[in-house]
Amino acid sequence: MPEPLRLKGIPASAGYAEGPLFNLDPVVSRYGRKATAADERIAIETAIKAAKSRLARLIEATKGDAADILEFQIAMLEDDALTGPAFAAIAAGQPADVAWRQALDAEIVGYETSDQDYFRARAADMRDIRDQVLRALTAASEAAAPAGAIFYGEDIAPTRFLETDWSSGGGIALKAGSAASHVAMLARSRGVPMVVGLGAVGLGASPAHLAGVALLDAEHGGIVLAPSRAEFEAFRQSSSSFAARRDRAETFLTRPAVTKAGTAVRVQVNIADPSDVDNIDVSTCDGVGLMRTEFLFGKTLPDEETQYCAYRKVLEWAEDRPVTIRTVDAGGDKPVPGFTVEEGNPFLGLRGIRLSLAIPEVFRLQIRALLRAAVHGNLKVMFPMIAVWDEYQRAAALFAEEQAALAARGVAQKMPPLGIMVEVPSVAIAPEAFTEVAFFSIGSNDLTQYVMAAARDNASVAHLNSIRHPAVLRLIASVAAFGRAQKIPVSLCGDAGGDPAAIPALIEAGLRDLSVVPAQLAMAKAAIADVSI
Amino acid sequence: MSASAEATVLITHEVGLHARPSVKFTKLAKTFSAEVEVALAANGPWFDAKSIVKVMAAKAPKGTVLHIRAKGDGAGEAVGALVDLVRRDFDEGVDHARTA
Repeated sequence: MPEPLRLKGIPASAGYAEGPLFNLDPVVSRYGRKATAADERIAIETAIKAAKSRLARLIEATKGDAADILEFQIAMLEDDALTGPAFAAIAAGQPADVAWRQALDAEIVGYETSDQDYFRARAADMRDIRDQVLRALTAASEAAAPAGAIFYGEDIAPTRFLETDWSSGGGIALKAGSAASHVAMLARSRGVPMVVGLGAVGLGASPAHLAGVALLDAEHGGIVLAPSRAEFEAFRQSSSSFAARRDRAETFLTRPAVTKAGTAVRVQVNIADPSDVDNIDVSTCDGVGLMRTEFLFGKTLPDEETQYCAYRKVLEWAEDRPVTIRTVDAGGDKPVPGFTVEEGNPFLGLRGIRLSLAIPEVFRLQIRALLRAAVHGNLKVMFPMIAVWDEYQRAAALFAEEQAALAARGVAQKMPPLGIMVEVPSVAIAPEAFTEVAFFSIGSNDLTQYVMAAARDNASVAHLNSIRHPAVLRLIASVAAFGRAQKIPVSLCGDAGGDPAAIPALIEAGLRDLSVVPAQLAMAKAAIADVSI
Repeated sequence: MSASAEATVLITHEVGLHARPSVKFTKLAKTFSAEVEVALAANGPWFDAKSIVKVMAAKAPKGTVLHIRAKGDGAGEAVGALVDLVRRDFDEGVDHARTA
């Protein structure tokens, strides 16, 4: 028995798998050169056609996201811009396999060298396309993997993933690969455990390591080759605990959140982009507690129409549930070229509402888009970084002015309830200045960093940045109590809302309305169910 | 008769004009006989909007303002239809959550 060999990687799809390794790295097969360039051309055309009909057959057997990936590959194979250079090289005397490989490799390099993750991940699709045609050219077939195998190699082709029967378990362990690849997305949606970035095995791995059973931990990101008996036992424990946790959380997803003592807690979602709602079942949440609008302010300032469409899309998705949109919170750690200013201490500078009030023409545009979108659903609007009452008043006055102007032009509009973020300590300490706002939303990330004087983008002070410090929790409890006394709704939309470790303290502090990132919805509801208040 | 048209539109789709959105985009472009091109800046470079290889090569991420221009029969309709497709976020529904 060789010594156990442990490799660390990056989790791409959480889960556990135990099984024999199946080597993905391709076996080179030989191509028999044809007599003339015309015959080479026929050979490549026949191979492309064969690859396309294989993809078409796969499409019939799949649906939804997977079929889209295959259609992308077919569209590529049908594009003269892809096949043209190969045909030209064949006409110039190259054999079909060399011509095809060179033409595709030239495209693949463009993807591999991209600075965008998403784009770089498409290199795997391009290699899949290249290899399918090469296999058709050489009449080579893929070796079949045993049931429950862990596929191990540089990378895995999307078509290979789709042709595999995952019903008896198994997983994917890649030396390279990417969590943004099509296969990673498919693996997540089908619950197939997958780890990427394991690196080369190096000198430590013997054929005996690769021949035995391996343990894939795709929750933490690692694989053990030739595991010891103790590792087997620990692995099986982690695996069953993971399955129990996931099953348990899933059963909470579709139910309203209630504590052990029967206290109802509203759980809303935080979104950053209108398309975020596309993969959320609206019935699993109580609305949108925070829709950020900075995404719209990426490279250029968005026009009114673009903003209106983005807000309207989310409002219509939410049906009658509330959607709380935060006016642009640029500045701090979110600079926007041409809008924010360079500052020595940006977290304490011209950011959030301060910037919006300083550049009212940009703010007015957003206000008009919001007023117009308000007629399409249950909109609430909140201002970020409010420190004093005057800021709220000036912002609310701009809403009133723009509403009057739209009404005068006969444009459909509606005034939404206007609330504020509670993230500057001045508001949390003295909320009595704000009795006229429609609601409070505690921004726990910023509130914590300002109370603890620990920048949240600075790892060396991360230990100070804890929402569970009594000073932060006391402020949250006092805002919640003030809201109850004044009948002003209070919610919380920071990262702490979805953190199972912080949830009991937040409920104890009096909060009954949390907003979390969509991926934490089930786990947050499960954590709420464990609270005994 | 040679009509021509040009417009710009903001890409709000999560992953930009990539994979699945670009399949839809090029398929729609091919339904028009006009010559259609896209660019990430008003002064180019311009890419053939009917070629998925070229459209992908434009590497247009979310937040990009896409320039679309067409020349020839039905140029106006082609630009209008493509702008509309981008505005509709490529008709991505619930079943198609973020996999492209």
